[in-house]
Amino acid sequence: MIPIYVMGKKYEVPQGLTILKALEFAGYRITRGCGCRGGVCGACVTVFRKKGDFRLQVGLACQTVVEPDIFLTQLPYVPAHKAIYSINRVLPEGLNILKLYPELARCMGCNTCTKSCPMGLEVMNYIAAALRNDLHQVVELSMECVMCGMCAARCPAELAPFNIALLIRRIYGRHVLHRPMTLDQRLKDIREGRFSKDLLDLKTCGKAELEEKFKSLQATKGSAV
Amino acid sequence: MTYPAEVQPSVDLVNRSRHDRLTKTFPKMDFEEKAKLLETYHPDFRAHEKEALRVGPNKGMRAPKEVVRVLESYSRLDPGAVDMTKADYRTDVLVIGSGGGGVTAALTAKKRGMDVLIATKLRLGDSNTIMAEGGIGAATEPDDSPVIHYIDTMVGGRYQNIPELVEALVTGAPFVLGWLTDLGVNFDRRPEGSYLTHMPAGHSRKRSHSIKDITGLEIMRVVCDEVRNEEILVLEFSPAVELVLDVQGRCAGAVLYNLDTGRHCLVQAKATILATGGMGRLHPQGFPTSNHYGATADGLVMAYRAGAKLIFLEFIQYHPTGIAWPEQMLGLLISEALRAQGAQVVNAAGDMFVDRLETRDALSAAIIRECGERSMGVVTPTGMLGVWLDTPLIDLLGGNGTFARRFAGIQSRFRKYNIDPSKEPILVYPTQHYQNGGVAINVHGETGVPNLYAVGEVAGGVHGHNRLGSNSLLDIFVFGRRAGEHIAEKTKEIHVERLALDHVRAYHKELEESHIPESQISPMLLPDYRFEKALTTVEHTKER
Repeated sequence: MIPIYVMGKKYEVPQGLTILKALEFAGYRITRGCGCRGGVCGACVTVFRKKGDFRLQVGLACQTVVEPDIFLTQLPYVPAHKAIYSINRVLPEGLNILKLYPELARCMGCNTCTKSCPMGLEVMNYIAAALRNDLHQVVELSMECVMCGMCAARCPAELAPFNIALLIRRIYGRHVLHRPMTLDQRLKDIREGRFSKDLLDLKTCGKAELEEKFKSLQATKGSAV
Repeated sequence: MTYPAEVQPSVDLVNRSRHDRLTKTFPKMDFEEKAKLLETYHPDFRAHEKEALRVGPNKGMRAPKEVVRVLESYSRLDPGAVDMTKADYRTDVLVIGSGGGGVTAALTAKKRGMDVLIATKLRLGDSNTIMAEGGIGAATEPDDSPVIHYIDTMVGGRYQNIPELVEALVTGAPFVLGWLTDLGVNFDRRPEGSYLTHMPAGHSRKRSHSIKDITGLEIMRVVCDEVRNEEILVLEFSPAVELVLDVQGRCAGAVLYNLDTGRHCLVQAKATILATGGMGRLHPQGFPTSNHYGATADGLVMAYRAGAKLIFLEFIQYHPTGIAWPEQMLGLLISEALRAQGAQVVNAAGDMFVDRLETRDALSAAIIRECGERSMGVVTPTGMLGVWLDTPLIDLLGGNGTFARRFAGIQSRFRKYNIDPSKEPILVYPTQHYQNGGVAINVHGETGVPNLYAVGEVAGGVHGHNRLGSNSLLDIFVFGRRAGEHIAEKTKEIHVERLALDHVRAYHKELEESHIPESQISPMLLPDYRFEKALTTVEHTKER
């Protein structure tokens, strides 16, 4: 058993547990501060400090293993600013991002955001890319963001980097990647009922018939990727 | 050393046999072999772990005993103690749950001018959807068609799927891709801009569309952003605890419970959409689960009390590749896409025992057989069992860096425990993943209770007895949109009359007549993992 300090209060917990399981072992019934339990939802972001270290660290409670004499608290909510927009009307050119998030220009390059990201993302670098209007770079650097809001909580210039990145990824997906033309053809075919008769026939097909059709399809399926 | 000393010798065997296996495949089972394997080893066929329901519209139907327990339970509300004359909110559409299905239904109804309120147990977007790694199925490729998608889905579902629902699923799929792309979801692309697709187990064509290994996360970030942009009212940490009917027996809203303050609130709605997701946190049949914290079958419980019929409840999907080590990640999912990319499934001796692209049910059964009867599984220091998913094959087949590029999330999660899946195999065991059944619906998502809809995992029928990979991400968007559209047409004619909880009183009476103890209360809302319960117990593997 090792000692941990939850909001200053000492508990003894088994070694090797995640912060989340250690909190539960200590007896906490978590409502805020727990979501997917799998490291993708950002609900359980936790601030902690190890004994003898002056630095505050950040981790997801469901992904971070407790250490002896760790002091921790969860941050279940960040009142971060989010702009309201219609994604169809925000075009990738010009100063559209700055219009929606003018505080973007306040970034002073201190790198606190990067240091406080539990996912290890290069937050400051994607903010710099946003200032250059390099949307592709923002998409690449921010894709794993779990929207925990810790970057916004720590930013001395009061940006909400995670919301800015979300806007840019959406602009990129909507206006730069956009939908492939082959998709439009498929939609047209479905609307015009090209598959209706085959589907109608299939709906009355028994097990044996479906099995036969499946076998012949599997024989022509090609590689998986 | 990255794996415990007890386990390392088996890792060495897997490393040694890898080159021999590189170009080999294990023979695929034929239909008869597969049927026999399922009957003998799949948990769905273990009769002694099922019980028959003693009350309600499906009296006599069998289900896992953990599910029966929450269905045969008393309400958290004293029906007499709620003032049904004073609604705290009045809205056209109440959406309960905010995963992909709920949010899509809400956005669709809102777009058509409806007044929408979302009530959700945790935060907006907290759901199984956000955890989906692999992809969303849709016949978008030239060599594919909704017809082939239909056949695959029916065969995967053991021919039990409701044909009309499957037709709606496969023909709606390409439209969902278009809708999500237009909202700004960054689907993986080929260099020339077309969708990059892959073929999960049980499919006959490449049709799964992914965003790296965080498909659900990317989609949920976008659709939740859209909910904020549309300024839809969202009540977070406010799970529904009971549906409300009007005097004519039509659903007319719900009673919510504010988890922060402990107060109840009454929402009156012309139509109500249940989008509460699955049941993994009940840990059916003692299995670990890949599900999120709130997956406690609340929607099944509330709908059943209100008189809705359930379907296929007995059939649960155990995903074959849940993490078995390290202990901290027990039960979490390893995407099927790893197998699509070439990872084989091998036993403790480093030998293949099943084709890597068998459907989820068959592969789960094969792993249970390998670890149980054949004793060829790996035993971990915590007593968990598992077999190897040989992930280093992915870089050997696809070139160095393929794993890191395609599965960045998985790699970073394992690296925290000093395991590099691009170089070492991962230990896996089946984990409860999905409830194949649920509330019976028609093609619009309507349940047997008037003005009550169900979409997504809480609903049943479209996947038959076994869901194919990449069809659940699809299901929630197709039926979310269908329900939203149908409601927008219908609610114009709905006039709610006097709200009541008489159905809860009647259900209580039935429970009493069956001598069910009053100490059984549901919905569960959240699982209790406090104190010793925080530590992993694997009842299922222990008993074998």
